[in-house]
Order: sequence, then C-alpha cells, then structure tokens
Amino acid sequence: MKINQLLENKNFKLLNDVPSLDEGITYIRSCDLLSLVMAKGEKGDAWITVQTHSNIVAVASLLEISCIILPESIKPEEDTLIKANENDIPIISTPLDVYKIMKEFSF
Amino acid sequence: MKFEYTISNLDFSTAGEASSNIKKVLKLLGIDSKIIRRASIAIYEAEINIAIHSYGGKIILYVQENSIKIIALDKGPGINNIDLAMKEGFSTATHEIREMGFGAGMGLPNIKKCSDEFSITSESGKYTRLEIAINI
Ligand SMILES: Nc1ncnc2c1ncn2[C@@H]1O[C@H](COP(=O)(O)OP(=O)(O)OP(=O)(O)O)[C@@H](O)[C@H]1O
Ligand SMILES: [Mg+2]
Repeated sequence: MKINQLLENKNFKLLNDVPSLDEGITYIRSCDLLSLVMAKGEKGDAWITVQTHSNIVAVASLLEISCIILPESIKPEEDTLIKANENDIPIISTPLDVYKIMKEFSF
Repeated sequence: MKFEYTISNLDFSTAGEASSNIKKVLKLLGIDSKIIRRASIAIYEAEINIAIHSYGGKIILYVQENSIKIIALDKGPGINNIDLAMKEGFSTATHEIREMGFGAGMGLPNIKKCSDEFSITSESGKYTRLEIAINI
C-alpha cells in the first residue's frame, strides 16, 4: 500500500508537508521504545508510536521509515512537525487505536 | 577524512543530528547502504547515550579506506560496571527519560551488533570512551 492510498481513508490525516506520498508501505510496526525500533525497524515500515517529541523523526529518517502514525488522536509537538518537514517524513494522525490501524493493512 | 560533532547534555531537540549528518556524508561518499545503516544506528545510539547519561561530549568519525571508525567521548560521570551496562535491558534512565521512549537498555547492545570492532573504556567521575569500527 502507498501512503496516498492510506490517506484516502478518512480516518487518516496527514499533519505536515512532504514532497511525495508515493512511497510504498511494506510493513507496519508498533513500538514506543526508540532503541527497539532502531534495532528492528526497516526501510518502508509505517511506524505507530505514542511518542510525540522530535527524536521520532530522527529515528524514522535514519531508518528510512515510510511514515509515522500517531494513534488515538495523539498530537505531535510543534518541533516534531518542523523536523518532519525538513526530513520529508510524513506524520499521520488517526483517531483509531493500534489494532484498528493494523486492520487497515494486509501484506 | 575526519568529522567532529559536539553533543550537549539533555538536548533532545538536536540529539540525532550527528547521525543524520554522518548518514548524508556517507551517502555522498558512495558507501554501501547496509554499512550506512549500521553506522547510522551505532552513531544514533552513542549520541543519545551522551545526551542522556553524560554531561556532554563529542562524536568523532574517521572515514578510512577500509573502515569507518567512530569515537564517542564524553565528560563523565562514567560507567561503573561496563559488563552490566552491556546487558540487554539494563538501564539507569530516569522515569521521565523512559516516558520519552529511551531507556530500554538496548543502545549499547545495538551498537555492538552493528560494529566489527567495539570497545568501551571509562573512568568513574571522568569520562566514557566508546570506540567502534565498521569494515567497509
Ligand atoms: N556515555 C555514558 N555515560 C554514562 N553512562 C552510560 C553511557 N552510556 C551508557 N551508559 C550506561 O549504560 C546503560 C546502558 O546503556 P544503553 O544505551 O544500552 O541503554 P539505555 O541508554 O539506558 O537505554 P536505550 O539505549 O535502550 O534507550 C545506561 O542506562 C547507563 O547507565
Ligand atoms: Mg542508550
């Protein structure tokens, strides 16, 4: 699934400006421990996390994660969106919980 | 080639900048993407450790013909028991730091997994020095 296909679903809203949403999502990962994501995360993952500080963008960018999804309407810090724009990392907000987000995907 | 980055204590807004910068440099140099991934992970974890656990320090990167060498050196307080610090899951991170998603006790083991050579030396109250090499 591509990011723009995910965004056709009204439950998912893009919070920042990125040049391309054509990137494919190849796996979905839910984890709030940054060093665990660092160890296991792969290029193309969509990453669900409740962390909202700007370091999540550093992690996503280093691993070339396709997008960050904030569940249950959690709001990111302002700083995080700025950094996400600089690094071309889409940040997507949804009211859904982790289980319901995952149900949107099949690989 | 040598590159040097200063890391400040508890500055999470800039923590991660050394690793992103170095990633860009290594890409420009045409280094293999698997090697870049290992170097990025190791540098990120080293950088965050300096920001969280130390009074500040620096990361020095040497890109040599056959290897990438990374030195992370800080101003203390040092690591008392290095064997314990190397154990997966061991962390002295505070509650606040853990709430931010740090403190899984995975950073040093991650760094070791990403390196071909790995060593830590530390003197209590003085410094911690991590030195790793990744073969190109
Ligand atoms: N530069 C350092 N100075 C002082 N102590 C350190 C330093 N780096 C690591 N340590 C000590 O070693 C422990 C283990 O480090 P490690 O990076 O493996 O885990 P962590 O930083 O606690 O959690 P994580 O890296 O998973 O977010 C730390 O909790 C800390 O006590
Ligand atoms: Mg660590």
